[in-house]
Amino acid sequence: MIIIDQTRRVLVQGITGREGRARTRLMREYGTTVVAGCTPGKGGQDVESIPVFDRVAEAVQSVGRIDVSVLFVPAKLVKVAAIDAIRAGVKLLVLVPDRVPVWDAMEIAAEAATHGASFVGPNTLGVLSPGRAVLGMIGGRAESAREWFNEPIDGRTVGVVSRSGGMTSSCGYYLSRAGVGLSTLVHVGGDSVIGLAIPDVAAMFQQDPETDAIVVFGEIGGSQEERLAAMMTRGHVTKPVIAYVGGAAATEGTRFSHAGAIIEGGRGTHAGKVEALTAAGATVVESFGELPAKTLEVLTQLQPAASDP
Amino acid sequence: MPTVARLHEYQGKALLAGAGVAVPEGAPVTNPSEAAAMARRLGGRVVLKVQAWVTGRAAMGGVRFVETPDQAEEAAAALLALKLGHFEIREVLVERALDIAHELFVSVAIDDEARAPILLLDAHGGSGIEQRAGSVHRLPVDVHTGVRDDALADVLRTSPIEPCHHGMVIESIRAIVTLAAGCEARSLEVNPLVVTAQGDVVAVDCRMAIDDYAVFRHPELGIEIARELDHPATRLERWAYRVEQLDHRGTFYFAQLPVNGTPGTPGTTGTTGSRGLIGFHGAGGGGSMMSMDAISRLGFQLANFCDTSGNPSAGKVYRAARIILAQDGLVGYFGSGSGVASQEQYHSAYGLAKAFAELELSIPAVIRLGGNGEDRAVEILRDIGEQIPAEIRGYRKDDTPAFIADRFAELVEQANGARWSPRARTIPGFVGSGYRFPITHGTVWIDHDRCDAPTTALVIGNSSGLLVEDNGRPVLAVSADDVADRDSELVALEIECRRAARPVVFVDLPVEGLD
Repeated sequence: MIIIDQTRRVLVQGITGREGRARTRLMREYGTTVVAGCTPGKGGQDVESIPVFDRVAEAVQSVGRIDVSVLFVPAKLVKVAAIDAIRAGVKLLVLVPDRVPVWDAMEIAAEAATHGASFVGPNTLGVLSPGRAVLGMIGGRAESAREWFNEPIDGRTVGVVSRSGGMTSSCGYYLSRAGVGLSTLVHVGGDSVIGLAIPDVAAMFQQDPETDAIVVFGEIGGSQEERLAAMMTRGHVTKPVIAYVGGAAATEGTRFSHAGAIIEGGRGTHAGKVEALTAAGATVVESFGELPAKTLEVLTQLQPAASDP
Repeated sequence: MPTVARLHEYQGKALLAGAGVAVPEGAPVTNPSEAAAMARRLGGRVVLKVQAWVTGRAAMGGVRFVETPDQAEEAAAALLALKLGHFEIREVLVERALDIAHELFVSVAIDDEARAPILLLDAHGGSGIEQRAGSVHRLPVDVHTGVRDDALADVLRTSPIEPCHHGMVIESIRAIVTLAAGCEARSLEVNPLVVTAQGDVVAVDCRMAIDDYAVFRHPELGIEIARELDHPATRLERWAYRVEQLDHRGTFYFAQLPVNGTPGTPGTTGTTGSRGLIGFHGAGGGGSMMSMDAISRLGFQLANFCDTSGNPSAGKVYRAARIILAQDGLVGYFGSGSGVASQEQYHSAYGLAKAFAELELSIPAVIRLGGNGEDRAVEILRDIGEQIPAEIRGYRKDDTPAFIADRFAELVEQANGARWSPRARTIPGFVGSGYRFPITHGTVWIDHDRCDAPTTALVIGNSSGLLVEDNGRPVLAVSADDVADRDSELVALEIECRRAARPVVFVDLPVEGLD
């Protein structure tokens, strides 16, 4: 498990909004410990008997330590809300909203760096550790999430990191059907500037004793997959990596839905990413449908090595 | 006025001039006689440059230097007849030619690894970043304070540019960085920034793309469509963007892809190696791309990329399908997304069913709607398929994209080369008179004349509580405000009436531009 379990104390910013309220209930149903909410101007109210504060600092003062803040505020307010949480000492943020301007994301990144904080997103469905807790909205209804995602299985557990929200769930679902256990599912977000990126999450999985291998859903655009390959080559990630990279049929210069999914000046191509990952020793599947079986195969090959002292 | 979030050279130069960076005197023209007039006004040697978002424009013959107005006229005629990449050339920039002493490459970009802006700077001249990779300096840009003067000075010190010009060069570079931040550019490239023989510092070219997500904060840029495309927005892309702007529930992204070099080119199927042009409808960015890859691997060519996701209303999915089916020459309609969606999938099924029924679709459609409510989604598509000429197949999350791509290929094979010609939607006869009520960007019509007791019961039973019985007829039960955004429930009602062979409800959801 990485990033989230039931022991971590969570704040929801934008808790009084329609989405914030609904998602808070779902997160709790799945096991997340939500200790406070925050909406400027709504301090003093309750949502699902969770106290609401105007400022994050007031929440910290009143309820004590907050490990994570999940943001469900309108895209244009994300910057202000995120900086409020960072300055109040929250060390991990999950920025759910889509359409956050990239210069806002860079300001958040600068502020986070100054305060030693990190963030997931923007434009993330969040993080889910099966059987433990969820941040954001992966899986939707709690019973769907329980049905879809296997809990960790000894010796057969992968961590999933994906640039696509829908495909985070898909990877979790298809891997579970194939009999693979899941430590944590992380959707890093589809934007070009994001907090924790694929290489950062892979480094966390590398440290996680429960995770046996890492499954990656990559996409065209940006450099995350190439940077993961570089980490593997340097020996910083030694656990097996099984990857799919979307966008083989993508043309240059057009954005394919996600803000980060664009090939520019010949950089961020499908071929380049597949080549880098393959050269670094990752198992790259050409067709997404092959991913579960390939993952199982890699995990099976791992078994004798794992029992060897 | 820029049509998409990418600016033309002359548009970017206007912004540079406003930010205090000198640009050559000149203006864009749209015909040869204007070019001659502009050359006459400028006097002496001028340069003509096609306005198109392509790399290597000069190498493609898109830049010409001339000495006289007559030559300018001739050159403009030649340039306006060019086609570069996906571009028909509509504008040519005519500018005074400069006497260049030194060239610099200046580019503000976003460094995804550093999560910060970055300045790429080369003071050694030359063109084409690939050739000069070794001499490009990567200078960090602070999101608040910009680039440091001492860092710029260090780069210039090792350049062949005379020290007396360094101050002005630094000032121009700082202005470029400030402009990029001020209008929230994703990229702003000035290649080259030059020092002229007279000692002026001038931006000779400019390529600029504004962050799609920040366009709302920059009305001054007059960007019509906040989308990054590699071509000027097509008619269909404009309609699609309008639909997205009118309804923010869920995401609707639509881009036409180049077919024989030009997006939105009709009827060009059967070209080399292609098994045909298809309408593509994805759900979720990654899932759409994965599905696009699965169908492309079989040799089909996408006419468009489309993604409706994030719990879109049935009306939005319907309008997306209508726009996809406004493309000529399609051999089929392929819909597939992430496959394991937490949202109820039948809303999308209803939207698609409505579009297919109204257009009496006659090419195969394969739709994978995996996730919550998928069984109901598949049944809806199956039943509507039985009422129209097209073969329609619905699939679930346990059917892989590769599997459904194979099924699609089989159906297209069986359709014997049938091609889609866009057609007007069929509107039932009872529309235009009789019972109706408005909803947001649409109207709901109910054929009261055919509402006998069982029909009325059927309508009310499927109306999600929006209708009640009044004198034996179904009428609106809630306020106009409460029904305004219930297009998902109303489209469901229309389709349920169709499935029961009692089509007495019609939800008129016009697509601006198309209907």
